[in-house]
Amino acid sequence: RSNLAGVRHILLVLSGKGGVGKSTIATELALSLRHSGKKVGILDVDLCGPSIPRMFRAQDNDVHQCDSGWVPVFVDQDKSISLMSIGFLLEKPDDAVVWRGPKKNALIKQFVADVAWGDLDFLIVDTPPGTSDEHISTVEALRPYKPLGAILVTTPQAVSVGDVRRELTFCKKTGLRVLGIVENMSGFVCPHCSECTNIFSKGGGEELAKHAGVPFLGCVPLDPQLSQSLEEGRDFIQEFPKSSAFPALAHITQQILDGTLQRSS
Amino acid sequence: RAVSPGSWFELGSCTKGARVFSLRDLDFGDSPAQACFQWGGLVGWFVFQVALLDIDICGPSIPKMMGLEGEQVHQSGSGWSPVYVEENLGVMSVGFLLSSPDDAVIWRGPKKNGLIKQFLRDVDWGEIDYLIVDTPPGTSDEHLSIVQYLSAAHIDGAVIITTPQEVSLQDVRKEINFCHKVKLPIIGVVENMSGFICPKCKNESQIFPPTTGGAEKMCQNLNVSLLGKVPLDPQIGRSCDKGQSFLSEAPESPATSSYRNIIQRIQEYCDQHPFQEEKII
Ligand SMILES: Nc1ncnc2c1ncn2[C@@H]1O[C@H](COP(=O)(O)OP(=O)(O)OP(=O)(O)O)[C@@H](O)[C@H]1O
Ligand SMILES: [Mg+2]
Ligand SMILES: [Zn+2]
Ligand SMILES: [Zn+2]
Repeated sequence: RSNLAGVRHILLVLSGKGGVGKSTIATELALSLRHSGKKVGILDVDLCGPSIPRMFRAQDNDVHQCDSGWVPVFVDQDKSISLMSIGFLLEKPDDAVVWRGPKKNALIKQFVADVAWGDLDFLIVDTPPGTSDEHISTVEALRPYKPLGAILVTTPQAVSVGDVRRELTFCKKTGLRVLGIVENMSGFVCPHCSECTNIFSKGGGEELAKHAGVPFLGCVPLDPQLSQSLEEGRDFIQEFPKSSAFPALAHITQQILDGTLQRSS
Repeated sequence: RAVSPGSWFELGSCTKGARVFSLRDLDFGDSPAQACFQWGGLVGWFVFQVALLDIDICGPSIPKMMGLEGEQVHQSGSGWSPVYVEENLGVMSVGFLLSSPDDAVIWRGPKKNGLIKQFLRDVDWGEIDYLIVDTPPGTSDEHLSIVQYLSAAHIDGAVIITTPQEVSLQDVRKEINFCHKVKLPIIGVVENMSGFICPKCKNESQIFPPTTGGAEKMCQNLNVSLLGKVPLDPQIGRSCDKGQSFLSEAPESPATSSYRNIIQRIQEYCDQHPFQEEKII
């Protein structure tokens, strides 16, 4: 029995640019799926800059071995969220992983084959930016398990949106379905005067989704409570339902859930 | 004196000035590329001849930021000629080699390395004082290759870009360790997006909170210099999108003076660590 046999849906989070919020979306999606009663795993294939361990305040954990492979790191007693990341394998947290492609590919294959996830409703794959070794290897290794598709994250401005266009082409070429585009860091509401400033402009993600004929999942505003929660590894979805980013994140999750319902019916 | 094609080694011997090498991207709106662009632009205001090389093969953003989208690279007897923004600022990027903005470069390491080698060997940069290299995030093929290929030419050092929060800093510490490992000198760290001043009420908000003391504390702990902090300014992103130089578009912005200081510090660094031509002869 393969280690992914008990995983119902696999989705990837992709972006062309660095720092646009892939890990953030992966994390908040996992947290909100948990709130809907789902069991979720996150596989972090960002080997040079893993952020998932810290975003769950799990960075001090190690990975253990069991009969069926590597045991993922559980973030809670209920084992409702489990994680796997190179961050758990490094001797020192600041160690640089100075690897060329082939070594990265080998570890990704191992991550896909050897992690004992058990039963999961969702496995979310957080990726580094780009369309290179990690992405090709991940998509190839996951192909037999028929991933549900990919969520593409962008920031509103044209430069980042240009990178998502290339990412769309990547999905097309590799046969990965695009679940939709998320526009992150879309506007900032000043906590002092409530004025909304579009720091990174606005609307690029939605326009691109229309142009490419893929679903638009929503705009997540810049929200200091969100960045603060991620810094401290807190459950933003539980603690800040009144914050500006909450409705957008909840809406994205709902669309993913609706999509899986449609698919299984 | 023009660089003859066929040897990136020679590139080193022809550039009498400094090569600045920018690493890691922790960026919203692509700060390193942005920074490179702005530095390139400003350094270009002086009398220097500047080359900007974008080795972000899978996500090249330099062409868009420079307002050079759709430009093509020309082939001449002496190799590929860079695309010139100004007479003294030449640019090369994989973006110029793609036929449509939707083209994806889905390449594994060896192919990326091959192109980087070609950029260094086959581009006729002419005589340049500064070569600025914009890199993708990470510590992998592109980074190892550029350091290796330029080793004979002597790299002055790396400028590392971060944002104030720990999620970013943890990646930057890895990048600093990478530099130590490959013996690449670190010119310093730039903290980007430090604080946002509301254009309406002028109050400052920390959108990316420095929960562990920001770049300042990290630099102290790791004994590297902090070159400066650049505040978030919506105008920077807008200028980059339109391919305009922010430094000339918004001369009064605090971000502009911060950029100027940083550029000056980089120049001082390069002047104090002059390029020794003897080394490679
Ligand atoms: N909507 C938002 N509001 C406030 N902060 C945000 C938002 N989205 C992301 N951030 C912050 O921006 C930073 C970068 O986000 P994140 O690490 O998720 O990006 P990434 O795309 O995964 O980056 P990388 O390419 O390095 O993996 C993080 O510190 C995160 O907390
Ligand atoms: Mg990430
Ligand atoms: Zn305000
Ligand atoms: Zn970038």
